[in-house]
Amino acid sequence: MSLGEGLRMAWRALAANRMRAGLTMLGIIIGVAAVIALITAGQAATSSVTSSVQALGSNLISVTPVRSAGVILYPEDARWLLEVVPQIRADAPLVEASVTASYETVSWSTTLIGTTPAALAIEGRKLAAGRFLDAQDLRLDRSVAVLGQTVAQNLFPGRNPLGQTVSVNGTEFTVVGVLQSVGGAFGANADNVIIVPISAAEWVAGTTELTGIEAEARSAAIAPLAVAQITAVLNHRFATTNAAAVISQDQILSTLSTVTATLTLMLGGIAGISLLVGGIGIMNIMLVTVSERTREIGLRKAMGASRRAILSQFLIESALLSLAGGAIGVVVGIALSLLLTHLLGAGGVSLSAVLLALGFSLLVGIVFGIWPAANASRLDPVQALYHS
Amino acid sequence: MTDVVRVEDLRRTFRTGAIEVQAVRGVSFAVTEGAMVAIMGPSGSGKTTLMNMLGCLDRPTGGHYFLGGEDVARKGDDALARIRNRRIGFIFQSYNLLPALNALENVELPLVYRGLAAGERHLLAAQALSEVGLGRLTSFRPYELSGGQQQRVAIARALAGTPDLLLADEPTGNLDSASGEEVLDLFLELHRGGRTLIIVTHDEQVALHCERIIRLRDGEVLLDQPVDARQRRTKGDLGSRAVAP
Repeated sequence: MSLGEGLRMAWRALAANRMRAGLTMLGIIIGVAAVIALITAGQAATSSVTSSVQALGSNLISVTPVRSAGVILYPEDARWLLEVVPQIRADAPLVEASVTASYETVSWSTTLIGTTPAALAIEGRKLAAGRFLDAQDLRLDRSVAVLGQTVAQNLFPGRNPLGQTVSVNGTEFTVVGVLQSVGGAFGANADNVIIVPISAAEWVAGTTELTGIEAEARSAAIAPLAVAQITAVLNHRFATTNAAAVISQDQILSTLSTVTATLTLMLGGIAGISLLVGGIGIMNIMLVTVSERTREIGLRKAMGASRRAILSQFLIESALLSLAGGAIGVVVGIALSLLLTHLLGAGGVSLSAVLLALGFSLLVGIVFGIWPAANASRLDPVQALYHS
Repeated sequence: MTDVVRVEDLRRTFRTGAIEVQAVRGVSFAVTEGAMVAIMGPSGSGKTTLMNMLGCLDRPTGGHYFLGGEDVARKGDDALARIRNRRIGFIFQSYNLLPALNALENVELPLVYRGLAAGERHLLAAQALSEVGLGRLTSFRPYELSGGQQQRVAIARALAGTPDLLLADEPTGNLDSASGEEVLDLFLELHRGGRTLIIVTHDEQVALHCERIIRLRDGEVLLDQPVDARQRRTKGDLGSRAVAP
């Protein structure tokens, strides 16, 4: 019996039981569509995280002192670091504190960041209105503030915040600028900030200890060297082996990529489980089919069908069921992916996901079809023929 | 005349746990080419078991079965499947047509397992259908045909592969007397055409169409004798009563 003959036979058997075939395929359809759509979602997450990290500035190096190792940095250490590490072209000290900002009757929980004018360029941020901190603000100890988009929108809905006075934990600041939005990833919202001169932040936070220093390497190529140099000078100065966590943009990116790749794999895996469940559904229905068609199997054997012919007939039937489900699932999955891509603004249909899902569905049909088909092929011709 | 079928001391014992049933206990006979033989017996006489063995659906537990001179009693499953496919044509009481296939496709079934190409299959199947007088009903599904027509499709299916032996199991059992006569007429015609036929039945009137009757009882041959020429039915004539109970 040829494959074409087998396919024709299987098609007829499935067409004779459309409702059942359709419901059985549903398991595979959902599985395949889920694999494709979730992989797209994972890839969309990857690309949006990557692009938002890249938006933070291309040669950014972040230095976080390890307090448990007794390392405490002060604002003047940022100037010192710039002098002793030739690979960096600029740096900015950071003092961060959780605060409540209020304007008139509206209050808003946000993060206060005290820094220097250099931070704007280092982080690659852009202003939406007004100006950023300048050297005069620091020198004259001015109480000025630059608001992130989230803060601006919540404290001044539909109004111009420039020139207004916001109260941050009781200290008043005049708003001189508003930052453009950069979006955020993993809950860290770079738009929910108030940036003030570092000296002013010290009053609010009540300490001059730095949360960290942000530095800018002279080039992307030199960034790893800058990381090594910063690590070395800090370790030397504090006579320890882990004075600070020094991480370059590249490292953050590769860490995040690993995380999101794992996420994508996990999502695909979860969807894969539903494919497996669909396969069990196929096995179940094929077992039912075989027992319902016992007489037909007996007749075919009486007509000279070998075990092999019966085995392949039912195997082709389950594979066709699964592959047809897979094909419909691909169409549904691509439609879902396009919808997700539209909603998330990133993603796109992954060809490898489509092929993987289709291949896996065929495999599922064959693997879960083997047992019922083997049962059919092993039937005794006499018992099958006189089965009632 | 050569023997198409020759069985020697054929036995079949069924074992279910500790219980042993000897369904066929040492049956011997031969059927020559072109013969038309009836195997008769009441239920429990072993005639169905014997027929299953003659049709290579079942293997004897003892004795020999020569089909066209070759002992097939100890053949494996695949060899038996091949023999059923090429050398035996089955006709069942309940026709056993596949409802999803039309008449032509049903007749093609054994040819599919013979590996013939579609064109050749169509040709042979159409010929067989014409031979049973259904040349014009090739595209009808079984449920669109009368019982007699369905049985004729089944006969065409048995003929299509030009087997050595036609094996019919109560072929008129499900038919009214008129359709039964048609089927028996067809058998007589095939017999005149030189086909070898074995009909298993418990109906005396059906058996009287054959040249010879082998009577079984309790798994053994009770009587094996030719049908008296004066009693022999040479045309489908089952009397006025229905054939099957």
